[in-house]
Amino acid sequence: MLEQFFQAVFKADFIFAVIRITAPILFAALAAVIAEKAGVVNIGLEGIMMITALFGFLFAYWTQSWIIGVLGAVLTGGLLGLVMGFFSLKLKTDIILAGIAINMLGAGGTIFLLNMFTGLRGNTGNLVTPNILIPTVKIPLIDRIPVVGEMLSGHAVLTYCAFIFVFLVWLLLYKTPIGLNIRAVGENPDAASSVGVSVLGIKYVAIALSGALAGLGGAFMSMYYSQGWNSGMVAGRGFIALAAQAMGRGEPVGAMLSSLLFGLAQALRTKASGLQGVSSFLVSLIPYVATVLGLVIYSISLKRKARKHAIKAVKP
Amino acid sequence: MEHNDLALDMRGITKIYPNVIAANREVDFSVKPGEIHALIGENGAGKSTLMKILFGMERPTEGEIFVDGQAVSFSSPTDAIAKGIGMVHQHFMLVPSLTVAENIVLGMAPRKSGFLIDYREALELTRASAEKFNLHVEPSARVADIATGMKQKVEILKALVRGARVLILDEPTAVLTSQETAGLFQELKNLKEQGFTIIFISHKLNEVKELTDRITIMRAGKSVGVYDTGAVSEEEISRRMVGRDVILSVEKEAVAPGEVVLQVQGLRYVNEWGKQALDGVTFSVRSGEIVGVAGVEGNGQRELVDILFGLRLPESGTARVGGVKLTGLPQARIRSLGVSYVPEDRMTLGIAAAASVEENVISDRFQGKRFNHGPLFRMKELHKESDRLILDYSILCKTRSQEVGMLSGGNIQKVVVAREFSSDPVLIIADQPTRGIDVGATELIRKRLIDLSRAGAAVLLVSADLNEVMELSDSLIVFYEGKIAGYFDNGEWDDVMMGEYMLGLKHQSDEEIGRASHA
Repeated sequence: MLEQFFQAVFKADFIFAVIRITAPILFAALAAVIAEKAGVVNIGLEGIMMITALFGFLFAYWTQSWIIGVLGAVLTGGLLGLVMGFFSLKLKTDIILAGIAINMLGAGGTIFLLNMFTGLRGNTGNLVTPNILIPTVKIPLIDRIPVVGEMLSGHAVLTYCAFIFVFLVWLLLYKTPIGLNIRAVGENPDAASSVGVSVLGIKYVAIALSGALAGLGGAFMSMYYSQGWNSGMVAGRGFIALAAQAMGRGEPVGAMLSSLLFGLAQALRTKASGLQGVSSFLVSLIPYVATVLGLVIYSISLKRKARKHAIKAVKP
Repeated sequence: MEHNDLALDMRGITKIYPNVIAANREVDFSVKPGEIHALIGENGAGKSTLMKILFGMERPTEGEIFVDGQAVSFSSPTDAIAKGIGMVHQHFMLVPSLTVAENIVLGMAPRKSGFLIDYREALELTRASAEKFNLHVEPSARVADIATGMKQKVEILKALVRGARVLILDEPTAVLTSQETAGLFQELKNLKEQGFTIIFISHKLNEVKELTDRITIMRAGKSVGVYDTGAVSEEEISRRMVGRDVILSVEKEAVAPGEVVLQVQGLRYVNEWGKQALDGVTFSVRSGEIVGVAGVEGNGQRELVDILFGLRLPESGTARVGGVKLTGLPQARIRSLGVSYVPEDRMTLGIAAAASVEENVISDRFQGKRFNHGPLFRMKELHKESDRLILDYSILCKTRSQEVGMLSGGNIQKVVVAREFSSDPVLIIADQPTRGIDVGATELIRKRLIDLSRAGAAVLLVSADLNEVMELSDSLIVFYEGKIAGYFDNGEWDDVMMGEYMLGLKHQSDEEIGRASHA
């Protein structure tokens, strides 16, 4: 049995699967990173992904263009971010409640919307055409390298985008004035406003960007990963992404590494559940156990860091 | 002088807050170009309000402001910055995880190729202005890693690079060590030579004497005098600062104090800014007496009270109640020794704002057999107890289940003292018990404090209201820079004398202070 398992894991297509599974989590984790840096907890990621997955698909279906679908999802995500911002920043609801509302809308409202727009129930089934699926690309040179080519080439356009966005988000946060403002607003809003930075404005920008990134994750789910929209599709990825953000210490690269860890756990589950003699219930726990373990390790490391700081403060 | 010749002229500034406390009453305040001008006064005298108005953080109810002869009206700090006014707040407005340079260019970051920050330019700007203004900082260090003194320089630079000609420094030395203070003074003198105008807020006389050209003294929301620093003595300033407008008199019988209840021995404590907040404090409070602690805020009183109620741990030294060591005990244990605590910050430490009046008054006693029947409350008993306290302390509330946070400040404080005074305390620690509350509640609280002490409780009264400590106390301890500067037990004291000890002009001998311990 174990032998079977190892044979399945030590294959190029396993790594390929890890990367594919990681991509949507990574988009959402980067979304969480941006919001968190501005001092906003975007707990609505799960719902935003559900809704943008639906609208991405619908836009693509209506126009028969995957590009417009993806753009539609990004736009929808950004708008949903602004809606959350409006509720929490303008109307002063608790951001957690606003997020939960978006999540419930994502769980229930999407089924209603799908039915309203298409008359279908629960999934988009036969609406899928090749035009509306995100295409895959072969990377010219890498493609020819034996094992590596199989792992890295042939992914969907958005999969590569997810990893490019790690760099872009880092660039935004650390190399641009708006990123500097986002970090300042998240850490000490008084300091930011004392030099004329609009704290509210920056928070709106951050949460809209966060929604837009989650929109890319949503589009990836319905227009590539599941090849169509269905009601149970996002399956907690928005929440796993929040964990990935925390485990990655709120940094883009850290979030990428933890997203990869969660991607690995998911891929292992898929592989292990195909084996005979293994309880599928037990195996389906893997990603969630990994999340809990990850968070435990994260909080231990935080505590150590805090202790180091305390010691430093006493003995300067 | 016409306001054309003044860097800054504030005329007839009045600020009334919604709860009808006038923080400023017709204050005139003017500053000449190129001078260092001290704004001095006790806490609550209205200095901060006046400066917040000047910096656009508050709008005056009445009055005019002229900058360089021009009438201005600020609705935000951004407006004030645009007119060349900069402020260094007591609590730094810095982002710890950013570098010094990033903090300095925040909101005005130089760009390159359209959308990226030009970090080289930011570092260069920081370095150049640090050199120009003679303020040494490390441009690429993270603010979290630099010392307090350097953080302050970063704040000053932040204001200067934004074009400030008038710098407001709000108690800048409160967080500095003495070396850092000396450095700061040198830097401020340099800035003055370069033509900058500086407003220096303080209540430390020696600093004001050393550094400033002119002084404006504030008391109770008014300006009570403007002087050339050289032409006025420290005694005169102290008299102006802490003089009393209304003499309060309280009737109380003389007492013969009983046994020592609270014994504080050699307390030392370093606060969060690395300052020696308590530096070997020894005294005691005996049964039946009220011991007042006077002093300008920030001289160790806060830390003392926190240690006595278990909110901080001292570096060394002990505090005992009835022979039992308090330090390190949890609050429930401290309370079980018969200690009551009226905190200064009643909204955070005194009450649970969203809970009811009843829940708040019984929150220290609901666990006993008297109020419980198995796992359930004896509601009747609870209601009886809370109704008794509401009546006894004349707490004005609609019903006992009204939310405490909805009551007026005075009634909230009555809820606190109803609980704290009714548990048969052997020691009451009252920290600013009447601050910011109405006359009626103030009177009730003072009277109850005296009654309790005459009935045998030991009372430690910490108050920034000089009237209050002088009238209520049987003996007085004056705090200055974490030490006891004077101990008085003969009832013969007046505000002039207190002022001199509070501001560090006078200091008793160790022998005289030693009497406070009654050992």
